[in-house]
Amino acid sequence: MIDEVMEKSKKMEKTKMESTHHKGEAVKVEVPRQEVDPNAPNKKIKMKIEGVCAWFGQKQALFDVNMNVNEKEVTAIIGPSGCGKSTLIRTFNRMHETVPGSRFAGDIMLEDTSIFDPRIDPVVVRRRIGMVFQKPTPFPTLSIYENVVVGLRLNGIHDKKTLDMIAEKSLRKAALWDEVKDNLQKPGGALSGGQQQRLCIARALAVELEVLLMDEPCSALDPISTSKVEELIHELRENYTIIIVTHNMQQAARVSQKTAFMLNGKLIEYDATDKVFTNPGNKLTEDYITGRFG
Amino acid sequence: MLNFDYQTRRSFTNKMMVFLCGFSAFLAFIPLASLLIYVVSQGLKDFNIGFFTHLPTAVGMPDGGMANAIVGTLQLIVISSLVGLPVGIFAGVYLSEFGKKSKFAWFVRFVADVLSGVPSIVTGIVAYTLIVKPMGHFSAIAGGVALGFMMIPIVTRTTEELVKLVPHSLREASWALGIPEWKTILSIIMRTAKNGILTGVLLSIARVAGETAPLLFTSFNNQFWAGPNEPTASLTVQIFTYAVSPFADWRAQAWTGALVLLLVVLTINIFAKMFFKDARSALR
Amino acid sequence: MSSMENQQPVAGNEGAVKPALSFLFFGKLSEVGIGDKIFRAVTGFFAFLILLLAVLTFVALFINSIPSIKAIGWKFLVSSEWDPIRQVFGAVPYVYGTLVSSFIALVIAVPLGLGIALFLTELAPMHLRAPVAFVVDILAAIPSVVYGLWGMFVLAPIMARYINPVMAKLIGAPFFVNTSIGLSFFSAGVILSIMILPTIISISRDVFEAVPNVYRESAKALGATDWETIQLSVLKSSKPGVVGAIMLGLGRALGETMAVTMVIGNNPQVTANLLAPGHSMAAVIANEFTEATGDVYLAALSEIGLLLMVITFFLNVGAHLLVWFTTRNYGRN
Repeated sequence: MIDEVMEKSKKMEKTKMESTHHKGEAVKVEVPRQEVDPNAPNKKIKMKIEGVCAWFGQKQALFDVNMNVNEKEVTAIIGPSGCGKSTLIRTFNRMHETVPGSRFAGDIMLEDTSIFDPRIDPVVVRRRIGMVFQKPTPFPTLSIYENVVVGLRLNGIHDKKTLDMIAEKSLRKAALWDEVKDNLQKPGGALSGGQQQRLCIARALAVELEVLLMDEPCSALDPISTSKVEELIHELRENYTIIIVTHNMQQAARVSQKTAFMLNGKLIEYDATDKVFTNPGNKLTEDYITGRFG
Repeated sequence: MLNFDYQTRRSFTNKMMVFLCGFSAFLAFIPLASLLIYVVSQGLKDFNIGFFTHLPTAVGMPDGGMANAIVGTLQLIVISSLVGLPVGIFAGVYLSEFGKKSKFAWFVRFVADVLSGVPSIVTGIVAYTLIVKPMGHFSAIAGGVALGFMMIPIVTRTTEELVKLVPHSLREASWALGIPEWKTILSIIMRTAKNGILTGVLLSIARVAGETAPLLFTSFNNQFWAGPNEPTASLTVQIFTYAVSPFADWRAQAWTGALVLLLVVLTINIFAKMFFKDARSALR
Repeated sequence: MSSMENQQPVAGNEGAVKPALSFLFFGKLSEVGIGDKIFRAVTGFFAFLILLLAVLTFVALFINSIPSIKAIGWKFLVSSEWDPIRQVFGAVPYVYGTLVSSFIALVIAVPLGLGIALFLTELAPMHLRAPVAFVVDILAAIPSVVYGLWGMFVLAPIMARYINPVMAKLIGAPFFVNTSIGLSFFSAGVILSIMILPTIISISRDVFEAVPNVYRESAKALGATDWETIQLSVLKSSKPGVVGAIMLGLGRALGETMAVTMVIGNNPQVTANLLAPGHSMAAVIANEFTEATGDVYLAALSEIGLLLMVITFFLNVGAHLLVWFTTRNYGRN
């Protein structure tokens, strides 16, 4: 108990120090060392975004976005609010089209198949490309356990042993197992905000996931929970392709290998994260990361 | 891991359920269409000036109308408004302005909701006990009181909801001018929420204009013109009386009465909707 | 009338603030406080009148029922004999008719109403939502006597000629024995189902709309189909609210008078055959109240009203608590 508190306070201190440090020195963002060279030639391309445009009613939200997302890397999308970064990530698993009045043009390839192929059900796309939202959304009437296996049950897996096994595996992957293993039957809503968010990640991982989309996953969390989720992102990179939308440049620098900067619905710059933050190729990017607007 | 048959079944279930939901919307449309077609086609047969200007006639006599019933319904609406509107509007203002956290207000709100579910015929018995019994005879006043009782919960809740929408900045601006709170509420907040309050008033009028059950033994019926202290005809009771009669010409008149009633009620409803839209767009 | 007197200050204060009267509005501080207190007290009194009205309703019904309660006692609730001449009154056939016709109404209206509410909130394309909502609004606005008229002259013949024989063949005895009359429990249930549809739809719509959109999106992001999304994110969490909506619909059906009187056949009997004519609590009050001779007869009808009031009151209390509980659940997150 006491150890836990001590650890928490230490971590809090650490996060505090980090954040003040960054505030004082907004011009230059410290980029942590990269374990993987983003420009390594052997990286496989997982998703190709080709000429993506999107509209809400008459208003165009995305203008001809093109980018390639590497497999088993973290790609961050940054930009001021309203720049279209959330809209962009929501086209990656065809969530954009669930908004009434929305339109879409362009194509997105997941490996060799187009996710907009008319023969492909968006439901199948969303099973391979999972998503975690800004607000943690465990289904309030389901238990922790049920929340994890709900995607499997939807797919007709009802075998108790299989479900138990996958539930444990997913919760372990989401670094939540040790905290909840004795309370699996408690409602998901009873967890703390950070735990809820990791539960949602576990829920996404439980299906045969390849790409994990994260739409501002930490903006509703406290610093400790945020650092836990960020640690988790590091670990998940081993097996999954991750795309994260964030308004927090420090976070993008901390977790990603590649960074895309968006402004007014256009992709301004897309490059290795250390390059974007230390030596941006575009004046607009430089203005943004040095805090001159947004 | 995926079972193909299961996926097919899944997508079939989905399509089936989506279809069923849409189909139920279609099903609900059938009785409405049938009802409107019948009321219009049957009702138009006797729909002429005489219907609005003549008194009812005996069976077999031509040129009967519902003039007294139409006026009677108006009379009942006026009386019920006098009873129901002041209570409803001011109670609504109280709930929205002073009742945000008080237990009393929560309770009043709850009781108002429950009262709006009281069967109208029961309200009729209450008005009968309170007014018809002591006075010793049926009257428009008794009918109006019954309808007024029914208006109260409706007006209270709509007034509360719409007065609540008035932006807080407006109140602050008024207080900043040194205008006391009660004056702020009466002259500024209620005037801003005017259209919203009117919506509630109109909806409640539309609702009571179509009521029959509480009038059967309060305002009763009358073949002639009547004052507020006498038994009074109303469109709804007249429609009922004629509908259950064995005479073809009376039944035909019932359809015409239904057409007139429907036109009145739907028109008031449409106006209420318009005011509601106005009120909401003005307040938001 | 006291309400008229209380209105006067309102009328007096409208229009521009005249300088001569300005002390009324911008007077000394103490006076301002008094004005606020008076205003609060007056409006609070009107709010209190609502509570009074609820109490008054019960008291009036009870006082009116005393002769019957005294003369008949508990037998009123268990006897099915209703003979005004011998002054014997038993409410059973009326209670039975009310319950049966309302139950039929629920069986039809609940699936339809929930389907339409889901269609309106979750499934329908945008351009279809407004017209469907408009149809529901009109259904709600039609007066019950007009429903009754249509029920008598249009629905009942259709039931007698086409639907009753089919039901008799499909399901048969004891519940559906063809009687070749259109006026029946079943017809009353059908017309009630149409009338309570808007109640069920509008309340369950409110309940469904209270579910934040992110839950739907999370379900979709897991690869759920539209229907699975509804099951997971909407239906599971709105169960109590939906039960509340159904209870409110039931309350409306139990108390509905005119349409039922006009199509149920007004024959007080307890029979399993739903195609036979029956009677209802509200209908007997409507039909016999003005003709009731003698204290006990009138009181017996009042007592039926009291019974109806008690049933619908508890139903409404439960329903509003459930709806209130469900729609506020999400607000705390």
